[in-house]
Amino acid sequence: MTKIASPQETDAGLTKTITSPIHRRSFFKYAGAGAALSTLFFMGCEKDDKMDTITGGVDLGSGDVGVLNYAYALEQLEAAFYTQVVAAAAFNTTFTSALERSILTDIRDHEVAHREFFKAAITAAAPNAIIPGLTPDFSSVNFNDRNAVLAVAKTFEDLGVAAYNGAGKLLTSATYLTLAGKIVSVEARHAAEIRDMISNGTFASGPEINSMGMDRALKPSEVLAAAKPYIKETINFSNLPTS
Amino acid sequence: MNIFNVLKEIEKVDPEIYDRLDSRRAVFKHFGGFGKKLAMAAVPLAFGSMLNKAYGQTTTRSVLEVLQFALLLENLEAEFYKQAAATSLFPAAAGKMAFETIRDHEVAHVAFLRTAITGANGTPTNYTANSFDYSAKGNLPSTFTDYGTMLAVAQAFEDTGVRAYKGQAPFLISNNAVLEAALQIHSIEARHAAHIRRMRRDMAGSPANQKPWITLKDRGGLPALVQAIYDGEEITNQAGVNIATGNVSANAASEAFDEPLDTAQVTAIVTPFLK
Repeated sequence: MTKIASPQETDAGLTKTITSPIHRRSFFKYAGAGAALSTLFFMGCEKDDKMDTITGGVDLGSGDVGVLNYAYALEQLEAAFYTQVVAAAAFNTTFTSALERSILTDIRDHEVAHREFFKAAITAAAPNAIIPGLTPDFSSVNFNDRNAVLAVAKTFEDLGVAAYNGAGKLLTSATYLTLAGKIVSVEARHAAEIRDMISNGTFASGPEINSMGMDRALKPSEVLAAAKPYIKETINFSNLPTS
Repeated sequence: MNIFNVLKEIEKVDPEIYDRLDSRRAVFKHFGGFGKKLAMAAVPLAFGSMLNKAYGQTTTRSVLEVLQFALLLENLEAEFYKQAAATSLFPAAAGKMAFETIRDHEVAHVAFLRTAITGANGTPTNYTANSFDYSAKGNLPSTFTDYGTMLAVAQAFEDTGVRAYKGQAPFLISNNAVLEAALQIHSIEARHAAHIRRMRRDMAGSPANQKPWITLKDRGGLPALVQAIYDGEEITNQAGVNIATGNVSANAASEAFDEPLDTAQVTAIVTPFLK
């Protein structure tokens, strides 16, 4: 074993991501701090190449249900974010335009609708496979700063669009594909409006849109790496389909 | 509404329309008998149900069929924006720039689809500005002379595009590369739709309550002839799950999900815009 990409504990004092290689001895020391997860860690240590695969954490599962859990995780994140935006004591002074407040309130309602939809749909399809409610971490966001809120909103919306675009091919059910399609275009509408709130006319510009006039399609690993700073739990996507 | 002309126009898009409906003779005979008996208002309804039957029976479409269909829609948009962006109707430079951005995307989508069709051993259909009638058979005479009408037509095309790609996606489920590309275009159309809606909201004398998303089946002050673009968007139940519960209103529940349109529905919507 030569390196550990990123230990997963967030609950036992080890909160910062470790990116530099650490030695076996110090690894044991760290792992010992995360007693609950240590067994899983040791299992993951048996083969070096396994260290790139996440073990432990919240397991999204496999197959179509795994992909639905993946979407459910992202919708939880978005819903929690906009709920906090709208509930902020200074919402009216951070967003002085009634129109902008109504836009953000609409988006909150849409994301809550998406979250609750996935919760109900996954519970109906696979009651034992649904992931639990996640714990968002928005400690880095200043909810009293319009620019900061919109910048994070843009990140989430563009990421959501790219996530759904990349997840479509992972699904085997045409019904689920259509449902994902129903949601992704609404996320894209959000993305465009948030971008236009930041700077009018930027609805479909920048590095997120390629020279063919197409949006991004990202893999779960890419999406969850970008979402990681905002979710306390580690998301284990290693059992998701890859094509 | 002349059913026979409409059928001829659909034939340009789908040469097999008569086979789908039945034989050519049977179709005309069918309509010949019906036309005299039905009130004119009922004819489009009967026609629509015939189209639904024709295409509804086709449970699968080939990837090539989907690509050709998308190519028609992208050309319809691209030729529209080429002409629209060249007008001097924009009250501000930002509007013109937005139309140029969208035009460039649609032109790029056309190029992409042509390449994809060729790659699938097909021959992409050639379209020009003359392929399309942006007055919709004279119903929209000021498409390129009135700013509000121009934005309305743009919104109609974008919202249709979003619903059309969504309806075709399941036919691509066995082809990961094409499916992913279609999804990547689909979300761009939705971004366009949102921005055009914002432009309509911001224009002088705009209809009330313009939003970047579709509320129920509200056509947002657009002419009645585009209502079919919004019909079906009002649903608040998804896969057996009632969305309008808790603090989520029926309006929000309908806005949170865009609905697909099937091939027959899209064909009926775009047909008036085809020469």
